[in-house]
Amino acid sequence: MRIKLKVNGKTVEAEVAPRISLADFLRDTLRLTGTHLGCEHGVCGACTVIVDGAAVRACLMLAVQAHGEQIVTVEGLSNDDALSPLQACFRKHHALQCGFCTPGMITTAHALLTEEPDADADRVREVLSGNICRCTGYIPIIEAVLEARAHYADQDAPP
Amino acid sequence: MERVEDFRFLRGDGRFVADVNLEGQLHAVIARSAVAHGRIRAIHTGDARAMAGVRAVITARDLGRPVPVIPLRLQPLAELAPFRQPMLAHGKVRFVGEPLAVIVADSPQIAEDALDRIGADIEPLPAIVDREHAEAGETVLFEDHGSNVAIRWTAVRGDAGRAFANAQYVRKETFRIQRHAALFLEPRGFVAQWDGRARKLTLWGAAKVAFANRKILAAAMGLAEQQIEMIEVDVGGGFGSRGEFYPEDFLIPFAARLLNRPVKWIEDRREHLMTANHARETECEIEIAATGDGRILGLRGRSWSDNGAYIRTNGSVAPRNVAQFMSGPYHIENIALSTTQLITNKTPAGTYRGPGRFEADFVRERLIDLMAKDLGLDRVEIRRRNLVRENQMPYPLATITPYESATELDGGDYRQLLDRCLEDFGWAEKVKLDGRLIDGRYHGIAIGCFIEGGGAGPSEDARIVLESDGTYSVYVGSAAVGQGIETIMAQIAGDALEAPFDRIRVRHGSTGDVAQGHGSYHSRATVMGGSAIVLAAEKLRDKLREVAARALGCEPGEVTLDSGTAKGPAGKSLALSELSEAPVEAEATYRGDKHTYAYGSLAAHVAVDVKTGHVEVIDVASIKDVGRIINPATLHGQAVGAIVQGLGGALLEHLVYDGDGQLLTGTLADYMVPSAGCFPVIRSTVVELIPSPNNPLGAKGGGEGEIIPVGGVIANAVAAALADFGVEPMELPLSPPRIWALIG
Repeated sequence: MRIKLKVNGKTVEAEVAPRISLADFLRDTLRLTGTHLGCEHGVCGACTVIVDGAAVRACLMLAVQAHGEQIVTVEGLSNDDALSPLQACFRKHHALQCGFCTPGMITTAHALLTEEPDADADRVREVLSGNICRCTGYIPIIEAVLEARAHYADQDAPP
Repeated sequence: MERVEDFRFLRGDGRFVADVNLEGQLHAVIARSAVAHGRIRAIHTGDARAMAGVRAVITARDLGRPVPVIPLRLQPLAELAPFRQPMLAHGKVRFVGEPLAVIVADSPQIAEDALDRIGADIEPLPAIVDREHAEAGETVLFEDHGSNVAIRWTAVRGDAGRAFANAQYVRKETFRIQRHAALFLEPRGFVAQWDGRARKLTLWGAAKVAFANRKILAAAMGLAEQQIEMIEVDVGGGFGSRGEFYPEDFLIPFAARLLNRPVKWIEDRREHLMTANHARETECEIEIAATGDGRILGLRGRSWSDNGAYIRTNGSVAPRNVAQFMSGPYHIENIALSTTQLITNKTPAGTYRGPGRFEADFVRERLIDLMAKDLGLDRVEIRRRNLVRENQMPYPLATITPYESATELDGGDYRQLLDRCLEDFGWAEKVKLDGRLIDGRYHGIAIGCFIEGGGAGPSEDARIVLESDGTYSVYVGSAAVGQGIETIMAQIAGDALEAPFDRIRVRHGSTGDVAQGHGSYHSRATVMGGSAIVLAAEKLRDKLREVAARALGCEPGEVTLDSGTAKGPAGKSLALSELSEAPVEAEATYRGDKHTYAYGSLAAHVAVDVKTGHVEVIDVASIKDVGRIINPATLHGQAVGAIVQGLGGALLEHLVYDGDGQLLTGTLADYMVPSAGCFPVIRSTVVELIPSPNNPLGAKGGGEGEIIPVGGVIANAVAAALADFGVEPMELPLSPPRIWALIG
C-alpha cells in the first residue's frame, strides 16, 4: 500500500506491506533507529512516538495507519548539535544509564509537557508509568521532567 | 560530572545491535520447543525450506559431531559438565524455549512465517518442576548422569554442631525466594559477518565478557581467536544476564559462515522471557543459634537452587554464593550451610545482580528479626552487636567446599553506616508508627545490613595512546552495560594522566581494542579496569619522560609533565603533542584476586492495606561505603536502580511455571517490573569512608550492593506492620494474594 505522511517535518512517501508496524517502518525503511523496540506488545513504551501531538506506541500501530499523519520521533526533538531543554534536564539529572528506554521517555514527556506544562509529580509519574526503565529506578527521570516544565510553561506549541 | 554517553542516547543516536544493518544481510529466527521435556523423534523442516525467501533451516545435525555445547566460563568443574547445553537440541528437549532450529530468510517477516511451517515431533516425558520431584529422581533430565542433582556446596566455619547443641536459643525456618530475572530492556541480538576470503568473522552485539565469548566461539567454530572480532556497540542493560554465552552467540555466526552472507537476529520479548537466564529460585531450611542475650553463635542448614535444565556459563556461582555469603556483614563463628544445585525442566538460571546474595540476605535478615522478637530484644541493637568490627578485618568468611575457596572482608566501619542509615531514615521517629493502623493501613519499618562482593580478578588490560593531536585514546577490556564506562574510565585516566577530561576518549569492550580483557561482572569494572588504566598511565608517563628527555637533552628524572607539556630543568619545555610524530602508547595489565567488600545498611517503611493486600513502600533509605568514589552521579544511579530492582523482586516479579513446565509469564503484562509510579521515594547515599586495601584505587566494586538487602528488609517491614496478625513472611514475592494468604 502506498502511504504519505510527515515525519519530523519532512514529507515521506513509501510503499509498505500492511503487516509492517509503524516502528519497523521508521526504523528499517526510514533508518530512524532512535525509536526502540523492547517488547512489541505495547507495554514497555520504548517505541513511543508522537502522532499528531499524542504519545503513541509505534509497535502497536501499523505503518499504513500513519498515512496522512504527522509523526515526530526522538530524532525530531532536538536541533543539529544541541540538546533540547528537556534532553538537557535528563542529562543534568542523570536520568539515563543504558539509554535504551530514553527515546520513549523523551517523546512521552515531551507530549505530556506540551499538553500539561504544569503537570505535578504525581501526574508525571502516572503518565511515565507506561514506560519501563530497568536501570535508573525512575527517580531522576521524574526530577528531570519536573525541572523541564519551566521550558514548556510559556511556550506556544514547541516543534 | 555529566556523562559522555548521554548526548547520543538522548538524541536517539545510540547504536544498539538492532540498529546495525549490513548490506545484503539475512534475518534469522529461532524455532523453539513448546514442550518442557521430551524425546525428539523428528524435526520437520522441509516445508519451511521450501518457502520463497528462506535460505536455510539449520538443525543440530548440521552442526557436526559432537554437537557443540556451551562451556562453563566460571568454575569449569567436572561435576557440572554433564549438564551443558547443546547449541541446538538433539535427542531430547529439556525446557520450553530450548532452540530446535535456526531459520534464515531474506526478511524477518518471511523467517517468522517460516516458523509456522516447522514441525517438531516430540514424545513428551514428565516435566520436573519442583524440588521434591527433582530430588526423587524418578524422571531425570540426563539419563546418562542418572540424577537431577548437579553439585552440593558446603560453607563451613568453626563447629556448628557444638554451637547449636549448647545454644540457649535456636530457631529453624523454611524460606523461599521466587524465580525472577534481570529483564534488561534491550532484547538480545547479533549481527554476524563472515569474510570468506580473509577467513574472518565479525560479530556485533558483544557484551559483558567479549574476550571470553570469543574464545568460546572460536573453539565452537574451529577458528583461531584472531579470526574473530567481537564488537561491543551500545548495550541496553545487562545486570549479569546479558553477555553470557547463549546458543545464539554461536548459531548466528555459524549461519553467517554457512551462507556467506551477513545474518542478523534480534530476540522478541516472549523469547527473552523464556531464554535469557532466570535467577534466584531457592528454597532454604536454615536455623540460627544465639545466646540468650542475642549474640549470634551459628547458622546452619540446607538450601536448594532450581537451576533449570542446563548449566551454562555461570556454572554454580549463585548457589555457591547462597551458602558462602549468608553470614553477610555479621560476626558468626560457626557455620555449616549447604546449597544443592538442582536440574529441572525450566529455563536455565544464571547470575543476576547480587547472585545468591539477595537470596541469602532475605533468609538471614528474617532470622535476625525473628530472633529479636523471640528474645525480646531490639532488632537494631541486635544487629549493631553482631556486626563485624573494623579491628576484626580482614575477616574470613566461611570456607566453601569442594574446591576450597576462601575470602575475607577487606575493611570497613559497619556500625557507623548502620547508625547513619538510622539517622537518614529517621528511625527514631518512624518507629512510633511500627505496627500501627493509620488511615486504614498497617505501617511497619525494618533495617538490614549487607556486604557486596566486588572486584573479581584475575586481571584487566588497558592501553593508552597519546595521539598526534595531543588527545589520549584509552582502551580498556571492561565492558559497557549502561553503567557509564566511557565517563568513569575517562575520569580515572584524566586523574592519572593529569589531563583534562575533554581530551580523553575511551574505547571499551571490543576485542580489537586490547590484547586481553575480562569484562564487566561481579562489580569489577572500576576496580580492575580502573586500576589497569592507572598502571598504563604510569607507564605512558614514564615513556613520555624518556622521549622528552632525549628532546630536551636531560635525564628522564628531570622532566616534569603537566597536562599539556613536558618541562626540562633549564626551563625548556615542549608540547606533549610535539614529542613524537607517531603516537606514543603504553599498555598494562592489572592483576588482582582479592575481592573487595562494599558494605552498608538499608531501611524501609511500608504501609499494608489488608483489604487489597497491597504493600506501599513509603520510604527507603540506604547508605553504602565503596572506599573511593570516582563518579558520584553514576554510582548513585546504580544504587537507586539496584534498590528498585530489589523492590521488584520483593513485591512484583515472578516467573511462574505450571505443572507441565509451561512458562505462564511470557509477556510484560504478566511479568511485572516496577514502573515510575510504584516506588517514588528512594533516598540513597554512597560514601567513600575507608578505602579498600586491595587495589591501587582503593575502590570497592559498587554496581550491585543495594539490591542485596531489599528482600529481607521489605519482608521484615511487612512482618512488623502485620504483627497484630502474627504474619511472618517466609516467601517472596509479597504480592497481594500472598499477603491475604498470610493474614488468613
